[in-house]
Amino acid sequence: MKYLQEYRDPATAKKLVAAIKTAATRPWKIMEVCGGQTHSALKYGIDQLLDGVIELIHGPGCPVCVTPIEYIDKALAIAQAPGVIFCSFGDMLRVPGSASDLLGLKAQGADIRIVYSPLDALTLAQQNPDRQVVFFGVGFETTAPATALAAYQARQLNLENFTLLVCHVRVPPVIEALLHSPSNKVQGFLGAGHVCSIMGYHEYLPIAARYRIPIVITGFEPVDLLQGLYMTVQQLEEGRFEVENEYSRVVKEQGNLPAQELLLKVFDTVDRSWRGLGPIAGSGLALNADHDDWNAEQRFPVAGIATQESPLCRSGDVLQGLIKPTQCPEFGVRCTPDKPLGATMVSSEGACAAYFHYRIHPHV
Amino acid sequence: MCLAVPGRIISLSNASDPLARTGRVDFSGVSREISLAYVPEAKVDDYVIVHAGFALSVLDEEEAKASLQAFRELDAAGEDR
Amino acid sequence: MSDLELNCPLPLQYDRIVMAHGGGGRLMQQLLDNLIQPAFSNPLLNQKHDSAVFDINGVRLAFTTDSYVVKPLFFPGGDIGKLAVCGTLNDLAMSGAKPLYLTCALIIEEGFPMADLQRIVQSMQRTAEEAGVLIVTGDTKVVDKGKGDGVFINTAGIGLIEAGIESNPRRIKAGDSIILNGDLGRHGISVILEREGLNFAHEIESDCADLSGLVEDLLASGIEIHCMRDLTRGGLAAALIELAATARQHIEIREAMLPVNSNVKSACEILGFDPVYIANEGAFIAFVPEEQTEQTLSVLRRHPLGRQASRIGQVKAAHPRGTVTLENVMGVSRVLDLFSGEQLPRIC
Repeated sequence: MKYLQEYRDPATAKKLVAAIKTAATRPWKIMEVCGGQTHSALKYGIDQLLDGVIELIHGPGCPVCVTPIEYIDKALAIAQAPGVIFCSFGDMLRVPGSASDLLGLKAQGADIRIVYSPLDALTLAQQNPDRQVVFFGVGFETTAPATALAAYQARQLNLENFTLLVCHVRVPPVIEALLHSPSNKVQGFLGAGHVCSIMGYHEYLPIAARYRIPIVITGFEPVDLLQGLYMTVQQLEEGRFEVENEYSRVVKEQGNLPAQELLLKVFDTVDRSWRGLGPIAGSGLALNADHDDWNAEQRFPVAGIATQESPLCRSGDVLQGLIKPTQCPEFGVRCTPDKPLGATMVSSEGACAAYFHYRIHPHV
Repeated sequence: MCLAVPGRIISLSNASDPLARTGRVDFSGVSREISLAYVPEAKVDDYVIVHAGFALSVLDEEEAKASLQAFRELDAAGEDR
Repeated sequence: MSDLELNCPLPLQYDRIVMAHGGGGRLMQQLLDNLIQPAFSNPLLNQKHDSAVFDINGVRLAFTTDSYVVKPLFFPGGDIGKLAVCGTLNDLAMSGAKPLYLTCALIIEEGFPMADLQRIVQSMQRTAEEAGVLIVTGDTKVVDKGKGDGVFINTAGIGLIEAGIESNPRRIKAGDSIILNGDLGRHGISVILEREGLNFAHEIESDCADLSGLVEDLLASGIEIHCMRDLTRGGLAAALIELAATARQHIEIREAMLPVNSNVKSACEILGFDPVYIANEGAFIAFVPEEQTEQTLSVLRRHPLGRQASRIGQVKAAHPRGTVTLENVMGVSRVLDLFSGEQLPRIC
């Protein structure tokens, strides 16, 4: 595909690896915030190419993984309600709640459907006026505008059989929470390119200045990742701490203004708990009061659900880079992608799942 | 993350409400109707970055060309470009 | 890297069947290893091959069965009928057998359109005729509306293995070349794109095809074929992982050499799939001695289903548990692991 293949060129990647090795005078700890970048880094072996030069810390950037168990349980409760068609993205179906996951529920007869876009769920509601259609909206600022438009259109159409269970999250508060932690080891960040395509990167300017840390907005292909790392290393070596934009073909400083405008119209910024990390102030997006009629939490009796995480899971430590997934005693034992205990084993984007998937056999 | 891929707009819908605007986007042989609600400036032949059925932004081809050119010029020894 | 050892196989983790138990991934493997295989265990079953191979009065036969559930029933490049015949023919062919007779068992949902059933049955007959086999016995059952998904088909097949031919995972040796007859992922992608909700327009056709003619050419060429395997559910990865484990070998494939059509690649990018895990219905791999690589390729390329034949990897060395690695375009190797179940379209 055009504008994808060019950024997977091995020759360019090799040049960048050499450049990073030359530039780095000591090992730097750099966090890629986004799960897609984790996936790409492990798939292309970027951590291995830079072994000993850069320690990549895989951050909390998988929105599926960090969705709190409480919301999964709410989703499971709603999906079991009579007459409901419950729609979500494919990767939410395997995320375990406290008793089951959506796939397990589907096996027992619940009408659970994978959609590619929230607007497809809206269409389903129009096609099935006698059924209650619920869309489970998760994701970062990248996905939130899609949910926002579905909510906005449902309100415009006054669609009575469509509601949304919204659990969107915002990146900047979690970066600040990580940096604010006394045990923080991260020395530089790769910013999540697609999140910034919506929000721009102006939000990161005060963070970089306040915590004196370089943030480089980066794309997802191997060459993008390496270039982002190279730019970060250059800043670290030169003692700079700026926000730079590696992904300039997609990201502009101000971001996508029409999308931001609709986010403001539809959502309120709220405090939200992250699976593995706990509550983070201002890190969530929830439907505002204007959209109460389309809020599944208002329509279905789920307000009483408040589930706690497994105490065995150390995904919080993994997400902060304090331990590697393989250092958790439950990794591969009581916690596998088939039966994950927590956040990071949940989606294939999660750091533990990525390690499990790409790195389980040590003898090769 | 957010899985998003570039595709080329091959046709546009005529919607009066800009938020209802869609276009057919081709991804090298696979195409789909995509919401262009957030890229009012997008026109046929533009590349857009698509996520969950939505165009997140119009790909800036000049920036892409410049970055690829910079990679070509990058010295294998690791000099600054 | 850590010194982690997985405590596998884990006990059965679900108290009910989920879709992933049939997805060709890790859960299905666990179901087979922990519940089905132990229940029936016998030397023939334990060959773990596509067909059971046995000897009756000096005649070597291959015997196999497969059930077909596919949604939609009609998809670009085929339908459930063609699939049900080709799949069983291919399982026989992979054992080195020349297919002779098939059975056909239909489980039909009440209310299913007669015209559709006719199309399916005609498609089965046409495919069998083209392959030169007969459908010689069968069964028909009807289940209540809502208790079936249109039509389910089971076929069984029997075939004859000529003297001197032995296609068996245990014959896989270090040094063997791995040859693939075509490209990857077309069946799985064409089917998933047709399913409701995704709404993609495309021209991807399933690769659904009867491979027995192509395999017959290969067998007739005198090439020393160690093993063949068709790449159905779970794709290339699942086939290789299972073979590596049975043969206790380290297999390495090279990502850059895997043939994937550009539109299949695009669909994989959009949905977040990896083509090595996608199902095929007309693709197979053959393990042959390295020095016969070129000869194998030229025999395959003479047949319409082998035009794109290529060498995709090699058996490296004996390995205590068997493992498969994939060398990516950056020259870095990673272990290929089974997926939990089916790949699901993802946003992240």
